[in-house]
Order: sequence, then C-alpha cells, then structure tokens
Amino acid sequence: MRLSLIGGLIVISLIIFLTFGTLLAVTFRIEGSFIMDRYDWGVIRFTFLQAFVSAVTSLILAIPISRALVRRNFIGRKILITLLGAPFILPIIVAILGLIAVFGRTGFLSDFLGFFDIKPLTLYGLHGVIIAHVFFNLPLAVRLLLQGWLSIPAERFRLGQALNFSALNFFKHLEVPMLSRFVPGAFLLIFLICTTSFAVALALGGGPKATTVELSIYQAFRFEFDLARVAILALIQFLICGLIAILSFWIALPTYQGSGLDRVIPTNSQGKIIDFIFILGATLFLVLPLFMIIFRGSLALFLLPDSIFMAAFRSICVALFASILTVVMGLFIASLLVYHSKKFEIIGYLPIAASPLVIGVGLFIMSYQWMDPVSIALPAAVLINALMCVPFALRAILPTYIDIEKNYGQLADSLSMSGWARFRWLLWPRLRRSVGFCMGLAAALSMGDLGVIALFSDPDHSTLPLEIYRLMMAYRMNDAYGAALLLLLLSISLFWIFDRGGRLDANP
Amino acid sequence: MLTLSSIVYDVNKFTLSANFHLPKRSRVAIIGPSGAGKSTLLSIISGFTKPCSGRVMLDNEDITRVSPGQRKVTSLFQDGNLFPHLTVEQNIALGIRPDLKLNTSQTLLLEAAIKRVGLSDVSKRKPNTLSGGQQSRISLARALVRDCVLLLLDEPFSALGPALKSEMLELVKEISIEKDLVLMFVTHDPEDAKQICDLSIVVAEGNVYPPNSTTQLFLNPPEVLKNYL
Repeated sequence: MRLSLIGGLIVISLIIFLTFGTLLAVTFRIEGSFIMDRYDWGVIRFTFLQAFVSAVTSLILAIPISRALVRRNFIGRKILITLLGAPFILPIIVAILGLIAVFGRTGFLSDFLGFFDIKPLTLYGLHGVIIAHVFFNLPLAVRLLLQGWLSIPAERFRLGQALNFSALNFFKHLEVPMLSRFVPGAFLLIFLICTTSFAVALALGGGPKATTVELSIYQAFRFEFDLARVAILALIQFLICGLIAILSFWIALPTYQGSGLDRVIPTNSQGKIIDFIFILGATLFLVLPLFMIIFRGSLALFLLPDSIFMAAFRSICVALFASILTVVMGLFIASLLVYHSKKFEIIGYLPIAASPLVIGVGLFIMSYQWMDPVSIALPAAVLINALMCVPFALRAILPTYIDIEKNYGQLADSLSMSGWARFRWLLWPRLRRSVGFCMGLAAALSMGDLGVIALFSDPDHSTLPLEIYRLMMAYRMNDAYGAALLLLLLSISLFWIFDRGGRLDANP
Repeated sequence: MLTLSSIVYDVNKFTLSANFHLPKRSRVAIIGPSGAGKSTLLSIISGFTKPCSGRVMLDNEDITRVSPGQRKVTSLFQDGNLFPHLTVEQNIALGIRPDLKLNTSQTLLLEAAIKRVGLSDVSKRKPNTLSGGQQSRISLARALVRDCVLLLLDEPFSALGPALKSEMLELVKEISIEKDLVLMFVTHDPEDAKQICDLSIVVAEGNVYPPNSTTQLFLNPPEVLKNYL
C-alpha cells in the first residue's frame, strides 16, 4: 500500500512534468514580441479545416455504414467488425503507403482511370490528409456508432413495427435521438485525434497550404532551429488541445468498447442494396490499401538492406521498453486510484490532449546543454510513447482492478495478503488479460510511431517507421513497401504475442 | 473467550448494539430477521466494520483496532471465500502464509488439512471445477490451517441441498471441536441451529440479545423471535 502511494505519486508527477513541465520549458524560449504572419494563420486554419472535414466525413460515412452493419447479417460480418478495430494498431506510415498504392499518382486507381484518359490522382495536400484521416477514423466512428445502434432496445423496434412505422418514422423516433447522443462525442474525439496528428501531415502535407501546427513545430525545430517560433507554436497547439479538453467537459468523449458489437438487429428488408453498397465500399476502402502493402511489399521484403533490419531491431526495443513502462505506469496509477484517491484520475487522461512533439522539444531544451540530442532520441521515444499510451492502459486496467478489489478485496484482507503477496496471488493472475492487451496495444502503437523520433534522430538511430519515411522521400518505393510490410508484420505480431500471452492459461 | 462490551454501531439510521460474552468452545447460532444486523455483527467481530464505540476482546486481547488479517478469526461467507484463479491447495495454503512460501512443516500441515476434509484427489484443481460441497470444504480446510480461535459462518451453505448441508454442518462441528474453536453461525433455519449449536443469539430491531440455550430458546421463544419464526 505504501509502495502504491509512493509509486503512484511518482508516476503522476512524471505525467505532470512531461505534459506541463515540458511546455513550461518551451515557453521560456519566447523572445521579444512575436507577430503571427499569414503563414502561421494559414497553418492554424489548415489544422482546424482538415480536422473538421475529416471528422465530418468520417461521421457522415459512418452513419449509413454502421446502420447497414447493424441490420444485415452476412458471411464475414464478424471478421469485418474485428477488422474495424485494426487501424487502431496499424502504423500510420504503413497505411499511408497503402493509400498511396491505391489513390496515389502511380496507384491502382490512377492506372485504372488511365484507361479512360483521365489524369492520374495525387494524394498530396488537403484531400490526401483528409483521406488518410478518414481511413483511420472511419472505422473508429463506425464502431462507436455501432454501440449507439445496439443501445436502442430491441423492444423499441418491435413497438415501431407494431405501430406500422415507416422507415422515416423509425429514423425520426428511434435513430435521430440515438445519433444526437452519440455523434457529438464521436465528432469531438475524431476532431481531437486529427488536430494533433503529425505523421499524416508529415507524409502527405507540407507547404503553406497543407501544414498543421504539429508539422510546423517539427519544421521550425528541425529545419530552422528557431526555438522562439517553436515555443509560440507549442503554445498554440496547447491552446487548441485545451479548448477541445474544455469542450469535452460538456460533450463526454465516448468510451471504446472492445466486445459485444456483433449482435444483429433484425429489421425490415428495405434498402438492402444500398446497405450492401455501403458495406462493400467500406470493406474495399479498408482492405485494399492493406492488400496493396502485402502485394507490393512481399517481394521486396527479402531484398531489404541491412540498415532496415537494424532500424527494425531498434523499433522492437523501443516497443518493448515502452510497453513495459506503460504497464508499470498504468498499474501504479490504478493502484493509487483504487487504494488512495480517485482525484488523480483526470491526470492519467492528460496525455490524450498532449502533443508528443512539444514534449520532445521540451525534453530537448532541458537536456541539450548536457547531452547529445541524438543520444536521447530513443529513450525519449520510449518515454513519450509510454506516456501517450497511459490513457489506454488506464482504460484497460482500471475497471478490472476495481472489480478485483470489490470481489476479492475482503477475502485478501482477511488473509492478510498485502504488498507482493497480494500482487502476485490476487492482482496479477486476474489482471493478466488486461495487462497483456494493454502491452500489446502499447507495443504496436510505439512500434509504428513516427513522431518524436523524427525530431532528433539521425540515420544511425532511426526506427523502422522513420526509415520507411526516408525511403519514401527518396522515391525508393519498392524498398519502402518491403519495409512497410515488415513493420506491419512486426506490429501485428507484437500485439498478438502480448494479447495472447495475457490470455494463455487465463482464468475465468 | 469472545467479549463484546458496549458495542454501538450507528450509521445511516441503522443501529446495532451488542454486549455479550462467549465462553471457550461454545458454538452459537445467530438468528433473526434479515436486515436486523446479523451480518454487521459478524463484520464487527471480523474487523471489516468498525464500531462507533465499545470494545471487542478476543482471547483476553483488545482487538477493536486490529486489522482483519491480524485477527485470529476465520470468516466463511455465502460466496467469495475462494480465489478462482488459484488451485485448491493454494487457496488453503494462503491461510498459512499469504505469500505461499511454505516450509516443510507447513507443507505437512497443509497436506494433513487437505486430507482431513477429503480433498486429496483434487488438490491441484481449480475451485470452479468442483462441486459446491467440495468448495465449502476448501474454506473449512483453510480454517483448519489458520492460526485462529474463532470461526464465523455467514450462511455459507445456504446454496447446498439439505443432505449436503447437514453433512457440512457435521464437519464444521467436528472441526470446531478438534481445533477448540468458538463457532458463530448465522442461519435462517432453526434445524441448523439445533444440529450443531448449543447456544443461540437473537438479533432483532438493532439489539443483540445475550446467548441462550438453543433448545430452551426454541421451546419458549421470546416475542421478537416468535414474529420471525
């Protein structure tokens, strides 16, 4: 109990230090007066615009898709619903390459349009950023709305049928009220994800017309090394995130449920064709880019240069350390919340609104006088990735932890099981599943992260996602696809191993 | 052996006062309407509920402020007596050492207890693969190995059929005699009380009445008990 108090408070302090402390360190760099020019306003405008359009598009598409999914039963429905969870652990750079292979200049769709003498498409700029964001967030939106649809009691549908409701009546009386409860939260969540997105903008954006605040922090740091400008941009990013955080006090961000989404609500058979068009469209949109990675990467996989395997090794190390650190932090916070005070819970969720790049720059400013920034690149990546995963760890661990103490706490107390004995013989056996899932998640997310590592790293310290980005920029597309397939396989394997490890010999 | 002196518990309009003494080796049934405070009484004795005032003495020691795990008390509840993720053997061994690091003599003690309750063949299995009666035997074996002087039963056998329940009660009685335990036993069924308890305590309307001979009590029940029966 003492350890959980001390450890928990240390982790809480670490989170506050990494989120607010680093921001403070950055703001000390503001010099003189700073005038925002047209470029800066353009950056802010673009950040909001792309996030808004991405969120709106994701939701507009998610409504008919989730509606179709909930009403129709078909072969592969379960697999499709599981697949909707996949983009969450899919490395962003892999998805981008997949999308380029479908929608890019030399992509599959451009080739097809070429037959009709239509100009090839390009994925760079605003619409590219939006397509990539929709690719990641449409499945999330569909899953969130599926929860919404399943939250309508089946009796209501029966009642509607008894009252001879038309499709429009159903929509007005049952579906609109549900949507008005679920859509605002889902919108806000996706909007938040898109405003802080960095890797998508790095790969598909750029230039005055398609740069987000996060990307311009990177550019100001990496290319201009203008710390005063970085500081201002960091403050702007903080204000944007703070604004959304305040909004989320009124509109609760939805919680993400893993299971129980495969129920079917039987309704009338109207609109069958439209439903299947939406389902097919969504499936193709999700599956084609992944298929293209496998298709174009599988040959190149065996011809990859050694530097790629070195980068892959570094990525695995980052992923392993980050996942261990995530779980340790998550367990300490959870035990602090369970045994001492619920008040700290909000701090555990702070990283949702934090910017990894600002944290990275902050760590750099605090350490560069003593240390070579390149040498802290990998440790910083471990630390920041672990931090960003803490909210997911809490989501996975805390409810189970509370249940364990509620159901078995008294028995353990009466047997004076405390400290290590309580952890080893009560908590660990029952938390293993959640811990395994959360380590898998943290490992996959850290493995695919292309954020803070891009700030500091040189080729000798780069990770696999960064190497893929370099190959892409050098137009070595074959190698890029091979490396992307390698990253995809590694991320999925790590997730699978941890998740599986947690379930192995799992207890009821 | 066990003395509750001027115990008062008064939280959220629920009151319970108790003042009684139980001699060594006594086996006491606790009867009364539901909601009268039978479980609260046991909870005060086992240490999960702190009384507002008064003292709990066990074995001439004031244990009012002692934490549940440090009391020489074993409680068996209706459910939740076992960890489903641990084996039968581990569940029992927790009563000897919470970290399960047993030395040779402790292992012998464990094996003897498993044998005594007749679980030798299933000692490596998990509780949920066993029958309800066998699961009750695990908790009783734990009471055997624990360093305890008081056994509290809060209707642990209410889910069992009549024959099995009677068999378990007999085992409880034997174990209490073998280990020189004081037994306190919450029950709804006068037959249970008559089978193993020489004394009975009535809990009703926030009062804990002093122990009385079980046979006398049921031959000539007081007003509060009559209403309940």
